[in-house]
Amino acid sequence: MPPIPNGVPMSFYLGLSAILFVIGVAGFIFRRNIITVFMCIELMLNAVNLSFVTFANHHKQVAGHIFTFFVMVVAAAEAAVGLAIILTVFKNRTTLNIDEVDSLKN
Amino acid sequence: MIDLLFFGIFAAVAVLCAINVVVQRHPISSALSLVGVMASLAVLYLLLGGEFIAMAQIIVYAGAVMVLFIFVIMLLNAGLEVRRGRSWMATLFGAPALLGLLGVLACLLVRWFPDSPIIKFGDFPGGTTKEIGMALFTDYLLPFEVTSVLILIAILGAVVLARKELD
Amino acid sequence: MRTLWIIPALPFVGFLINGIFGRKLSKALVSLIAVLSVVLSFAMVMKVFLEAGNLATSPVHEHYFTWIKSGGFSIGWDYAVDKLTMIMLMVVTGIGSLIHIYATGYMEHEEGYYRFFAYLNLFMFFMLNLVLAGNYLLLFVGWEGVGLCSYLLIGFYFVKDSATTAGNKAFIVNRVGDFGFSLAMFLIAITFGSLDFTKVMPAAAGKPTATLTTIALLLIVGACGKSAQFPLYVWLPDAMEGPTPVSALIHAATMVTAGVYMCTRSAPIFIHAPVAMDTIAMIGLFTAVFAATIGLTQYDIKKVFAYSTVSQLGYMFLGVGVGAFSAGVWHLMTHAFFKALLFLGAGSVIHACHGEQDMRHMGGLKKYAPWTCLVLACASLAIAGFPFTSGFFSKDAILGAAYAHAPWMYWVGVVTAGMTAFYVWRAFWMTFWGDYKGHGHPHESSWVMLGPLVVLAVLSIAGGFLFNVPEILSGMFPIKEAAENGGPGEAVLTGISVAFGLAGVGLSYLMYVVNKDIPEKITSALGGIYTLVYNKYFVDEAYDAAIVRPLIQGSESALWKIVDAGVIDGVVNGAGTQSQGLGSMLRLLQSGNIRSYATWVVIGAVVVIVAIGVGGVK
Repeated sequence: MPPIPNGVPMSFYLGLSAILFVIGVAGFIFRRNIITVFMCIELMLNAVNLSFVTFANHHKQVAGHIFTFFVMVVAAAEAAVGLAIILTVFKNRTTLNIDEVDSLKN
Repeated sequence: MIDLLFFGIFAAVAVLCAINVVVQRHPISSALSLVGVMASLAVLYLLLGGEFIAMAQIIVYAGAVMVLFIFVIMLLNAGLEVRRGRSWMATLFGAPALLGLLGVLACLLVRWFPDSPIIKFGDFPGGTTKEIGMALFTDYLLPFEVTSVLILIAILGAVVLARKELD
Repeated sequence: MRTLWIIPALPFVGFLINGIFGRKLSKALVSLIAVLSVVLSFAMVMKVFLEAGNLATSPVHEHYFTWIKSGGFSIGWDYAVDKLTMIMLMVVTGIGSLIHIYATGYMEHEEGYYRFFAYLNLFMFFMLNLVLAGNYLLLFVGWEGVGLCSYLLIGFYFVKDSATTAGNKAFIVNRVGDFGFSLAMFLIAITFGSLDFTKVMPAAAGKPTATLTTIALLLIVGACGKSAQFPLYVWLPDAMEGPTPVSALIHAATMVTAGVYMCTRSAPIFIHAPVAMDTIAMIGLFTAVFAATIGLTQYDIKKVFAYSTVSQLGYMFLGVGVGAFSAGVWHLMTHAFFKALLFLGAGSVIHACHGEQDMRHMGGLKKYAPWTCLVLACASLAIAGFPFTSGFFSKDAILGAAYAHAPWMYWVGVVTAGMTAFYVWRAFWMTFWGDYKGHGHPHESSWVMLGPLVVLAVLSIAGGFLFNVPEILSGMFPIKEAAENGGPGEAVLTGISVAFGLAGVGLSYLMYVVNKDIPEKITSALGGIYTLVYNKYFVDEAYDAAIVRPLIQGSESALWKIVDAGVIDGVVNGAGTQSQGLGSMLRLLQSGNIRSYATWVVIGAVVVIVAIGVGGVK
């Protein structure tokens, strides 16, 4: 059995990031509630942020943190606009089920 | 040793909460679980030396963004998910595609970082508020300014989309 | 402080203002902007010259930004000034300024006044870019740019069919040369790993001769196109369709000498490629003779000078080819003086005769246009190599070097010099002596036009004294060993060439002033040969039969009917039908369901990641 490392291997963080990301994708694919789907997007963004911060640590560069910061800002803006869109959709269709929002087909 | 312990606890919390986000049928439960994910991620950021980012995570995500979500859930009085409609594509290929994604990511991880370096708490001093501030207002000043414009546009967009029709 | 960029930027600003707003501006303002931008550019050149110090030991080099970067290969937007560039800069901006001033008078009553000056300024920008360039690619930018402006200005009178055809011809013939130049650049980039003059030139000595010869030969192809050497000279005589200031600036003084400049710039490559040197000397010599014989028979005053330009360019290439680079550049400069003067003088003559260009309908103009007569006499003396005029020095330097290289080249050159003197003075006598045979009443040009002519006349006469180019450029090129092996001394060689020149002048006086029957007799005596020469050896017709017609017919029968109608249309229509079928299948994918789209995205992501993993990107 290998000795327990004095710290956390980088691949653990990256693996966690990958797992969270895949869970987010799973939610996106299998959930029908438009708000939950939106939350899954946030989850994916967070997973990616974890990778950024990990690599920032690995490369000893602050750029990863800056990028995370920008992702957060964009996510906040996206949440504002996205939720406004959800409100509008609900007002017009009185449904939150994305399977019923399929007018892209025609 | 203590690093690994912290990582283990909060990674487990994050994964469990994330799974809870996906499996809960009521959006409010999902939202609360998502707050859990974000909080535990904030602890992991701290472990990685990202003090500023950890705080921003708590304040911006767990605070502001999630409050917005819950606000909308309450506003729309969203209830349990209705299971009308289906997508044969997602039903048939969704799970295999997800497993495939996880598989290739794992492969890449193993292939690119066969002997992954050990990250210890405190070995990266670059994530302090001072360092981030220095970078943000020197090298990344232009993107930073552009971001403020982006947020302004987002606010305007949200207002235009969500206001009541006047006519 | 970096200042070189101002030199080309000024004419470019002039181009932008005149090109965009010129239609709304008054003629005075347009000409003010155009002239001022070039004159200021000339002043800027002078400033650089005075501040630069010793250009031989410390050339000015300015790097503005990296233009193209690919791996270890990078091309910067670099301007560099050494002595050679300085000479070119002075010639281009100096003569450019004079011609701009002249053109304000010459073009006064033309349609599209602002368009003309916008093009002319654009030309100055590209020409200065060509001269200042610190690497081959930037030189090529200027090279193509001046070609474009040449095309635009030849076809300036675009309602005239012959003008647009001539513009097309110039453009297309130049493509052949540019193709050679591009290939040369590729080869240089491969061989030297750089296109910078500062990197290529010192490394030339260590490269295999075969490669250098190939590069040099390809560069010669490029130079032949731009500088109108045999067999690509055919566009230049037709280029006279453009307004006369254009002929003077572009097709005599500056653009056509770009090939000579480029070869001189590449001197270190040429020196290590003796075969290429011989080739260029032969081409130059042959072109000089060939064009001179055609010039003997032409009646259109501008055509005479056009063939004379081709011939004189041949001289310059002869100088380059025999290793006398500085003599070639010297002749480039003096030729710029007297040939610009000849063309501007011709313009003044044409102006005086109300647009007539046929010399048979001129004559006796010395009464009506005494100043034009005087300045043209200066230019004609200079081109004939009259002792101590500018042409005398430079031509003599080339011929001396040619003798050192191979005596027979000297003799051919001397005979050509005689012919040159003959046909230029023939034009002079036919224009200014005798009685006026044209229509209307000829008049002298305004002083706006005559002023530049007088300045150029002074330069044509005294230019050889004022600027001793070989002395200025000494040390830049390896000097060929002078022929001290028992040949005749320099004085004798000079004497012979002067004698030939004077003989040409005298003969033309005899034939066109004293006894005007002689030309008729000679013409009828020569018969077929005269017809051959008069029709420019039927080269245009030969090209037409050998290249143009087969190309058109081939295009029509093979490319149009078979390739285009059959293959290409078939492929296009087939692609349409196929995509229709494929589309009706793919339409099923567009379910409108976000979750199914998301699944596709995930599948796509997996494929991409697998591809990256397999490809081994790190």
